[in-house]
Amino acid sequence: MSAPAAALTALREKFPRVTERASADHPAADVPAEELLAVLRCLRDEHGYDLLADLTAVDWAEGASPRFTVIYHLLSTATPGYLRLATACAGDTEPAAPSVTGLWPAANWHEREAYDMFGIRFTGHPDLRRILMWDGYPHHPLRKEFPLAGVETPLPDPEIVAETGAKAIAAPMAGGPFVASPGEMKMTEAEPRAKDESWNEAKDKPE
Amino acid sequence: MVTANNELAYNSKIEGDVIVTRADAVINWIRTNSMWPMPMGLACCAIELMATASSRFDIARFGAEVMRFSPRQSDCMIVAGTVTYKMATAVRRIYDQMAEPKWVIAMGACASSGGMYRSYATLQGVDRIVPVDVYVSGCPPRPEALLDALMRLQTKVKRERSAEKLLSA
Ligand code: SF4
Repeated sequence: MSAPAAALTALREKFPRVTERASADHPAADVPAEELLAVLRCLRDEHGYDLLADLTAVDWAEGASPRFTVIYHLLSTATPGYLRLATACAGDTEPAAPSVTGLWPAANWHEREAYDMFGIRFTGHPDLRRILMWDGYPHHPLRKEFPLAGVETPLPDPEIVAETGAKAIAAPMAGGPFVASPGEMKMTEAEPRAKDESWNEAKDKPE
Repeated sequence: MVTANNELAYNSKIEGDVIVTRADAVINWIRTNSMWPMPMGLACCAIELMATASSRFDIARFGAEVMRFSPRQSDCMIVAGTVTYKMATAVRRIYDQMAEPKWVIAMGACASSGGMYRSYATLQGVDRIVPVDVYVSGCPPRPEALLDALMRLQTKVKRERSAEKLLSA
């Protein structure tokens, strides 16, 4: 048994509510939100998972419940191996999860990013502000209902807006998104091009 | 006077220490050959901008090697890279802080049109917030293309009615 799998078995004996999670690569487990901090602390202190490699989130689309899941990737630097933990967020419109900044300071910016992109509130986070979009941006761009092109939004600086009249617009997709075709082919053919080439900036989309 | 333009005619035997020319020609001659850039390097294009400044391509040949990181001292903003909406207001603010006369080169697909970033976060062309004089195509453009843009800008500046503008300012 690999070291991460052994750690997971030991963990499940201690926390019976932790369940195994289907995974194509590293051992993974689902953790209830109430036990999250205790489980992560146990992994860090007793099993040597001293490094939080990644913290991200999944939106399972509108209508799903629980809708948002936070994912933690832990790495042990002593006995090399990754472990993935997932916890469902409480609340589907105003999702929330406990902050792990107290365990790994590295979680600080990751949680800010997850908050910015998905709107997940991390309770106990010391400074939960947006990190990529500007303060006061009204949307959470990685939510499933948000279009890739964006939606029209005023820019944050009123002086500049008064001077230029600029605003954040829905980007013209012009037949996009622009993707490379899969499979083996000549380099010139494999160049990224619009999925639907029947329209572009100059030629309107056929009805 | 070694110059390709016919604005200056000087014959020391006839004119002695006096050169007769037009004010526009003198002002534009000075402006075109000391166009200090404001390097607005925001993404990968900035690497090519750096290459343009270094010895192989040597933008100093055109008098534009003095990259000024203070907008007060620069004449030409080279927007090299992807302009996000978050950065856009800062770009405009820096442009506003530059002293007249000032010009803008939009370097690369991103600065010119948003490039491949048709997304919620990217300004779809820097001309939405600042007036652009020269657009450079490419992702990224070769340093030669940027030099060409600079030469085109110089040609454009040479045609400006600078004296008239100065007097009416
Ligand atoms: S045009 Fe290409 S090289 Fe230049 S900033 Fe955009 S993506 Fe980077």
